[in-house]
Amino acid sequence: MSDLRGIYALWYREFKVFQREKSRIVASIINPVLWLLIIGGGLGSVLSFGGVNYLSFLYPGILVQSVLFSAVFFGVYIVWDKKIDFLKEVLVSPMSRTSIFIGKVLGGCTDTLLQSAILLVIGYVFTVTGVLTGITFSPVSVVISCVFLFITTVGLVSIGLIIGSQMESPEGFQLISSFLIFPMFFLSGALFPIENLPSWLTPFVLLNPATYTVDGLRGTLVGLHRFNLGFDLLIISVFSVVMILIGTYAFKKMKL
Amino acid sequence: MIVVWYGVTVEDTSIIDTKKLTKTYGDLTAVDNLDIQIEKGEVFGLLGPNGAGKSTTLLMLTTLIPPTSGTALVNDFDIIRQPDQVRKSIGIVFQDPSSDEMLTGYENLKLHGLLYDMDSALREKRIVEVLALVELTDRKDDLVKKYSGGMRRRLELARGLMHHPEILFLDEPTLGLDPQTREHIWKYIKKLATEKKITIILTTHYMDEADRLCDRLAIIDHGKIVVLGSPDLLKKDLGGDVIHMRTRNFDIESLKELDYVKNVKTDDGSISVTVKDANQHLQDLLGRVGKVESVEVRPLTLEDVFIHHTGRAIREGAAEGGWAEKAMQARLRK
Repeated sequence: MSDLRGIYALWYREFKVFQREKSRIVASIINPVLWLLIIGGGLGSVLSFGGVNYLSFLYPGILVQSVLFSAVFFGVYIVWDKKIDFLKEVLVSPMSRTSIFIGKVLGGCTDTLLQSAILLVIGYVFTVTGVLTGITFSPVSVVISCVFLFITTVGLVSIGLIIGSQMESPEGFQLISSFLIFPMFFLSGALFPIENLPSWLTPFVLLNPATYTVDGLRGTLVGLHRFNLGFDLLIISVFSVVMILIGTYAFKKMKL
Repeated sequence: MIVVWYGVTVEDTSIIDTKKLTKTYGDLTAVDNLDIQIEKGEVFGLLGPNGAGKSTTLLMLTTLIPPTSGTALVNDFDIIRQPDQVRKSIGIVFQDPSSDEMLTGYENLKLHGLLYDMDSALREKRIVEVLALVELTDRKDDLVKKYSGGMRRRLELARGLMHHPEILFLDEPTLGLDPQTREHIWKYIKKLATEKKITIILTTHYMDEADRLCDRLAIIDHGKIVVLGSPDLLKKDLGGDVIHMRTRNFDIESLKELDYVKNVKTDDGSISVTVKDANQHLQDLLGRVGKVESVEVRPLTLEDVFIHHTGRAIREGAAEGGWAEKAMQARLRK
């Protein structure tokens, strides 16, 4: 496939830029750690679910939160590329639109997953130092967690790129993606268990792909889960494949 | 392309051939049944005010937007049916900045080489070659955000050439640049045209730029060609010189009847007369007009050609937002 170098090119660009923007990396790490320590610590003093303290219950949810926000917001860079003519430079190259989309997805996944990796390390350090209790950090649990995070990230980056490909302004992107990200976060079970919710909320929770990532990660790391892990994995895989297909189509139809 | 015409084989040397190329946006016709043939090796200009349809034409020829109707052959490939082949054979420098300022000059070029599927040996060779051409070799490892507007433009020019395109498109190559830098960019464009024999198609709304660079140009207004030809011919067609006089007493009608007068225009208290040759006719003309407060004689410019054909001056445009302004916006990214 002659587009392999081009796909590498797009990934290379995102990676270089990511490396040079230290403030972006720092902010993307500090934010979830603050959530974990303040919300987790604060509510943890009065709450525990399923026999684990709230901080540990929250940790997998915070991993999903970080993935959700950075993966979807990655799509805003395509709006910036559109505002200058960088996007045209890529679109006028011999690469196919499908390959351009794949290159962008890989770039976004790298950024997002590097942040997840740092959060996993922080989680491990917290466990060793006793801040977090009841979390299983073993080679197997880390590998399974990474699989969940990777598949989810692919789908979420695709969503960001789909929105970005249709938007003219970064403000518009911010608005639309917020409408999506916040409900997805709050209705994913990241902050509270989904077993005994009011019946009108349940369908939204079950339709939310992030629910299955939270469930899978919490099952893997804390041992608390509602669905079978294989089922979780299946749902998020289907979600990501569908998003890739829609994203490829959106890139083909993208107007300048 | 070889065309057989009445049994005689004629070589058709046109490298771009548009066929009723049209683009409409709702009620607005941006490009209206455009038919242009551009010859291999020439520097061809699309000259016109902002919004005349120049950039839209370029975006269609480079396959970035589809035409509403009509088509074009670029390098003998059809822009609608063979967009991939078209894209492989062209290079383009866009109107707005199109390099990533968080990358170095070298990295931007490497990115381009990868996008065009060059292996590392070829890539490195070409990067050295194009950097030398635009004299940026010693700045190649600086981030593009540290470049001046002119350097960035030169980098993008270098990038557009890196894959050795048959045709290079330049969309407003010197928009928003200061006079010295424009001069510098023009020098490179001239060099490319004479040394590398690349066909260059540029859009501009600067008359002097079109005059300096183009072998032929088409003046475009409201999506249509108003007039097409070499700058010299276009000027010669209208006459040779413009004599501008400040005076109160004149009789336009009698001036218009003189055989050496091509055109007469009046403006509050002044009169502009286009004549074949000012050296020969100035004395006679002054004799007829009578007392004048001041006289100014200048050779005809493309601006006069434009005004003659469209009936108005070209809008010197900040309307679209200058290149430098966009660069500033882009800097606010992240």
